[in-house]
Amino acid sequence: MGFTAVDYGTMVMLLILIAASLAMYFIKDLLHAVIVYGAYSLIMALVWLQMNTPDIAITEAAAGIAMTVLMMVVISRTSRKED
Amino acid sequence: MRDFILKRVAALLLPFIQMYGLYVILHGHVSPGGSFAGGIVVGLAFIAFTTIYGLERGRAKVPEKVTTLVESYGTLWYGIMGMVGIFKGAPFLANKIAGIDLGELGALSSGGLIGLIGLGVGIRVASTMITLFSTMMEEES
Repeated sequence: MGFTAVDYGTMVMLLILIAASLAMYFIKDLLHAVIVYGAYSLIMALVWLQMNTPDIAITEAAAGIAMTVLMMVVISRTSRKED
Repeated sequence: MRDFILKRVAALLLPFIQMYGLYVILHGHVSPGGSFAGGIVVGLAFIAFTTIYGLERGRAKVPEKVTTLVESYGTLWYGIMGMVGIFKGAPFLANKIAGIDLGELGALSSGGLIGLIGLGVGIRVASTMITLFSTMMEEES
């Protein structure tokens, strides 16, 4: 069978992903944007797990945490507000 | 960030975090995970140590000379493991064709050279994360 529709749980998670990525674009406070990115990364790891790829789920969780930490360091060294 | 409870909890937890990272690296071919994810976990353990104990002690634990050497030789290790196939008269990065005994399916040694390659890639990713973090921390604001 060709195309299979995702179930409702995955659909809700994908909608949260869209909302989070739009929020990251529109939020002016960079610290809040990084926190939203952490939530995005967590939901994305769950989506990968739903799609039966635990490899990518572990990588997404680890890389998401690492990128969050690095962006926090950059924010602590520069200004917090976006111009 | 100079908190007593934080330091004690980190001293208890960080060895297990590093051991988990090495487990993910070495079991990359038989279980979920891989050298990239495991390397990031190992690097994050050192990053947490640097964040909690200060930049000087973190630098003393992993000096800049060590990260430079590990980044270079981790990549070279990948090439050396690929050349094993050529020395055996098989294509580059050959594994079973090169005559390596893969053993029982699902065992840790059933990956042949992949586990050794993953070890090189893992420590290289870890030292890259440490280098990124300490470069950003040392920069003057």
